[in-house]
Amino acid sequence: MSFNPSTRTDDTWYRLVVQGECTCVQLAGSYTLMTLDRSLPGLARELTRLAAQSGVHWDLTGIQQMDYAGAAMLWQAWGGQRPAYLSLRPEQEKMFMRLEKAAPLPASPHSSAFLPITMLGRRLFLFLSHVAGIIALSGQVALDMLYLIAHPGKIPMREISANLFRTGAQALGITAIVGFLIGIVLSYLSSEQLHMFGADIFIVNILGMSIIRELGPMLAAILVAGRSGSSMTAQLGVMRVTEELDALTVMGIPYSLRLILPKIIGLGIALPLIVVWTSAIALLGGIMAADLQIGLSFHYALTRLPDAVPVVNLWLALGKGLVCGMTIALIACHFGLRIKPNTESLGEGTTNSVVVSITAVIIIDAIFAVVFSNVGLRIAG
Amino acid sequence: MIHTDWAIEICGLHTRFGQHVVHEDIDLAVLRGEVLALVGGSGSGKTTLLRQMLGLEAPAQGSVRVLGASRYDCSHEAQKQLRVRLGVLFQRGALFSALNVYDNIALPLRELRNLRESLIRDLVMLKLDMVGVEAQHAYKMPAELSGGMIKRVALARALALDPELLFLDEPTAGLDPALSESFVDLIQTLRKELTLTIVMVTHDLDTLVAISDRVAVLAERRIIALGSIPAVIAVEHPFIESFFLGARGRNALRMFQKN
Repeated sequence: MSFNPSTRTDDTWYRLVVQGECTCVQLAGSYTLMTLDRSLPGLARELTRLAAQSGVHWDLTGIQQMDYAGAAMLWQAWGGQRPAYLSLRPEQEKMFMRLEKAAPLPASPHSSAFLPITMLGRRLFLFLSHVAGIIALSGQVALDMLYLIAHPGKIPMREISANLFRTGAQALGITAIVGFLIGIVLSYLSSEQLHMFGADIFIVNILGMSIIRELGPMLAAILVAGRSGSSMTAQLGVMRVTEELDALTVMGIPYSLRLILPKIIGLGIALPLIVVWTSAIALLGGIMAADLQIGLSFHYALTRLPDAVPVVNLWLALGKGLVCGMTIALIACHFGLRIKPNTESLGEGTTNSVVVSITAVIIIDAIFAVVFSNVGLRIAG
Repeated sequence: MIHTDWAIEICGLHTRFGQHVVHEDIDLAVLRGEVLALVGGSGSGKTTLLRQMLGLEAPAQGSVRVLGASRYDCSHEAQKQLRVRLGVLFQRGALFSALNVYDNIALPLRELRNLRESLIRDLVMLKLDMVGVEAQHAYKMPAELSGGMIKRVALARALALDPELLFLDEPTAGLDPALSESFVDLIQTLRKELTLTIVMVTHDLDTLVAISDRVAVLAERRIIALGSIPAVIAVEHPFIESFFLGARGRNALRMFQKN
């Protein structure tokens, strides 16, 4: 064997031996993922270059250890076929047989020139299926309510009270903090403006009207949509994934009656109460701030409030609370029931539930504003 | 390369959860190239021991050395090196539910950051072929797979980096007899083809008898028996009697003696 020192050698991985006409590549060392590590891309390039020459004899018998990563690298260097002259050990032979046998990756089902159009169509159908789903769910809930009116003994009282506690009582803290701060901000900003016109006493009108009619219900509904809506979606979603809903159905316990209806009724009762609570705390904050800022007395503000804000506004706020509460629960349940058994779906479903229910709350508010534009807006004399 | 006959060495290991003592002074060594089965009753701490070997939990006392490197007091870089050399098949597969079959197996390869995508593709398809999953399933999501398929794909992912050491947590739990038999065959074939050391936790006597070279029995917070199946059965202990010598156990052992 004549060794030609003028040929390029790389002692760690391979050696080029030229015997007359024939070039022989003798591979050496460990062709494993661990040992190749960083030198893999460079080595792969060099071997590919060598494989491009014709009549090269590949000798793999000198390799101490080879794993599939090493074998696949060589296989790629050879362009997915065995070179004409190849010496292998039996266990390497087996590896290359496997590589030869492995099926190629089929084309991705997702790549298509019409992708944007199909995506748009899919979105549209998804939206329609959501609308249909929400309508179907509200129909189911309506039927359940009729059933419960006929069979009052089956009203799921414990579940309703549990939901009332979870969505109502436990939400008092956060709604109080937010309401109080918003009341202070509103009062500071508007009392300053009113003071410029010498209309200080109208702070009661502004605070009362905006908080009771608009801000209280909206703040409460948005906070509850984020807080309770997401937890309802996640709860139902996980129950669906772990087949708990199926278990209930098999036991003859309809989950719409036992899980969904109590949530809707519970939030329908809880949200109006939270609205009252939030409005009261916001007013308190507003009046306290006005007391500090422009010296409005507490007693005066409270006696003036019934004149400034007709009581029908309070009923309107309660009505908004009721409608928003039931809508939030309905949307949360709808998204919960559509969660698929994977991690991404749970996150996506919860996010969608919150985004959609907050949007719905604002739409409901707009509808109320238009429909009741003539109600309770008397100009205080 | 570190030349030692031990793939795993556990010395004087104690585990406590609060007041509850799980392991008391456990010594265990796994030889390179062997299949060691870890058996024990529910709550005897098999899975905890496995998690300690994987470095997911630390024992209260004692040392665990895997492939010559200590699990708890070696450098970050050494830990990373170690992770590449072992593969785990979790009980329920633990496939990433947000990724499809192909991406699940490609993930550990991509994580190395020095393989070209075409090489990764070849390796993934090879691993799928090895575990007997057809190419058409490559784009399926884990949620669309049956239990047996999930195990196979999870095994392909565990083998993605050609590990020296493979951990199997209940490899045949939740599979029907025919499927678990084919899974056992698969593991045996792979073991012959790749030089693997396997540590396996199992309840299934058929699997145990078919694959394992040695058995370690965990009971009463310690290893009460360690050795080949006949040697373990010879040990007198109520757990061993109920586990191996019950009706099911005798059946499996008859098969063992026949072979």
